[in-house]
Amino acid sequence: MKIFENEIVSEFFEDKLAVAGVFLFIAFIFCALFPALLSPQNPYDLEQLFLENSFKAPFGEFLLGSDEQGRDILSAIMYGLRISLYVGVASTILSVLIGLIAGLVSGYFGGIVDTIIMRIADIQLSFPAILVALIIMALWGQGVTKIVIAITIVNWVYYARTARGVVLSEKEKDYAQSAKALGMNSIGIMFKEILPNIMAPIIVIATVRIANAIILEATLSFLGLGVPITEPSLGSLIANGYQVLFSGYWWGSVFPGIVLMSLVISINLIGDRLRDVMNPRLKR
Amino acid sequence: MSVISFIVFFIMYKAGDPVELLLPPDATHQEVVQMRAYLGLDKPFTTQYAIFVKNALKGDIGNSYIYGQPAVDIVIERFPATLELSFLAMFFSVILGIPMGVIASVKPKAILSRSIMFFSLAGISIPVFWTGMVFVLICSVYLGILPSSGRGEVLYFTSAFTWDGIKHLIMPVITLTLFQLALIIRLTRTGMMEVLMQDYIKLAKAKGLPNRIVIYYHALKNTLIPVITVIGIQFGQLIAFTIVTETIFAWPGTGKLIIDSIQNLDRPVVVSYLLMVAFIFVIINFMVDVIYTFVDPRVRVK
Repeated sequence: MKIFENEIVSEFFEDKLAVAGVFLFIAFIFCALFPALLSPQNPYDLEQLFLENSFKAPFGEFLLGSDEQGRDILSAIMYGLRISLYVGVASTILSVLIGLIAGLVSGYFGGIVDTIIMRIADIQLSFPAILVALIIMALWGQGVTKIVIAITIVNWVYYARTARGVVLSEKEKDYAQSAKALGMNSIGIMFKEILPNIMAPIIVIATVRIANAIILEATLSFLGLGVPITEPSLGSLIANGYQVLFSGYWWGSVFPGIVLMSLVISINLIGDRLRDVMNPRLKR
Repeated sequence: MSVISFIVFFIMYKAGDPVELLLPPDATHQEVVQMRAYLGLDKPFTTQYAIFVKNALKGDIGNSYIYGQPAVDIVIERFPATLELSFLAMFFSVILGIPMGVIASVKPKAILSRSIMFFSLAGISIPVFWTGMVFVLICSVYLGILPSSGRGEVLYFTSAFTWDGIKHLIMPVITLTLFQLALIIRLTRTGMMEVLMQDYIKLAKAKGLPNRIVIYYHALKNTLIPVITVIGIQFGQLIAFTIVTETIFAWPGTGKLIIDSIQNLDRPVVVSYLLMVAFIFVIINFMVDVIYTFVDPRVRVK
């Protein structure tokens, strides 16, 4: 694929902020993959929680303080990070797959298939994403898999539209036409010839939408319609902390919020740089 | 809109029986049956939907199961509070966002531009509910200078005319503005950077026109079209985001209403709300088309 050629990779790393974003993101992934290695406590092992430790202020025995049940906030953040990242990445992979196939088919074949797929997309886009996800979750109940599917339902449209747009212009180009003349079948042309040319814009959108998916999940969890209390994400940690915020226990929601924010910023830094590097219209 | 109403009606039908939530847990079976008959919920789905459509065409979506008043009235009654937040947030985002985006695009390497871009990056990265929460923590819990909930004194449908109302407005509006502002800055900047590389900009500069005129007249005008489209789309998003803002600041608008109604399975209210949002979307799209014709003479409404 074109995007992994050296020129673009080296251009990507010219920007210091983008490099910082990459490092930060790798650090977050590491914490999310191995929370058991790094965290001082297993926050969901009840034998390790002691009520006399409840609401300890940060920077003492507990680096980032503890919650009502004496749970270490730092450990809870690491386990929460895992769920937030999982939801973001899983829903993005799923929606890219569905969106790409829908967009390719819709753009390549046109006609009635195109009309149906794009009509569905239009109806869905006429409602704000958060509202659609909210209603799905309200009807369906909480759950990690459910929220992944809800976010996928919301997000596939963006990929489908982008893919369709690119296919419409690409399929008329010489290389696609000659593949057709050489007798390649439609599926071959779509996936072998056209697909590689769609990947650049799709990767840029996907990076930004991972960040978006993570925020969406956090928002739904904050509203009490996201992940269940047994598998708390960063959003549900913030929501838990919010309930005691007015009593002055600020650390329960401020620290998970800072982590959530840095995670999203690191992803957006990468996404921004990718877009600048891959946008041919900004090249002289 | 009829498709939307059917989908919403169907999923709310599937969602469950509101009667169980409405009556006290010790209600007798007879009371449950009576309640169901009273609300028309004992009939099969197709009959329920037929009755709904017949009434909806007359402008009657049914009474709220909880409040007992017509659902449409409840939504309309709450709408000014939501629109007030959305309009103010959109107003500030546009007024501040477009100039900031232009500044960031003209000299991309300058410190001011870089700070603007970092601010906008933070703006799209920070979840709205967290910004709101931190505001409440700082301004209400610690400093105690701004009220954390409610709308304050309301005059002529809005609280923007009284000092007490303005104090209530500040935090929700800033919270709602930040994300939109960041988005508009980024869009304007990207658009401007692309336009500034076009040949006609080089021509205008070569003609010796002052930089200010080239940037604000020739370049900005051509950038505005995609920006206006997105502002139109974002207005709908803003109304949806008020769900979060209103929950945090206990703002008595439609956002809080919809969350309560979804949890209570109050079908008529949810349907009315969604129809209202869809209706607003249609109006916004129309307005965006009209504004196009002013900005871009190539587009003419036939």
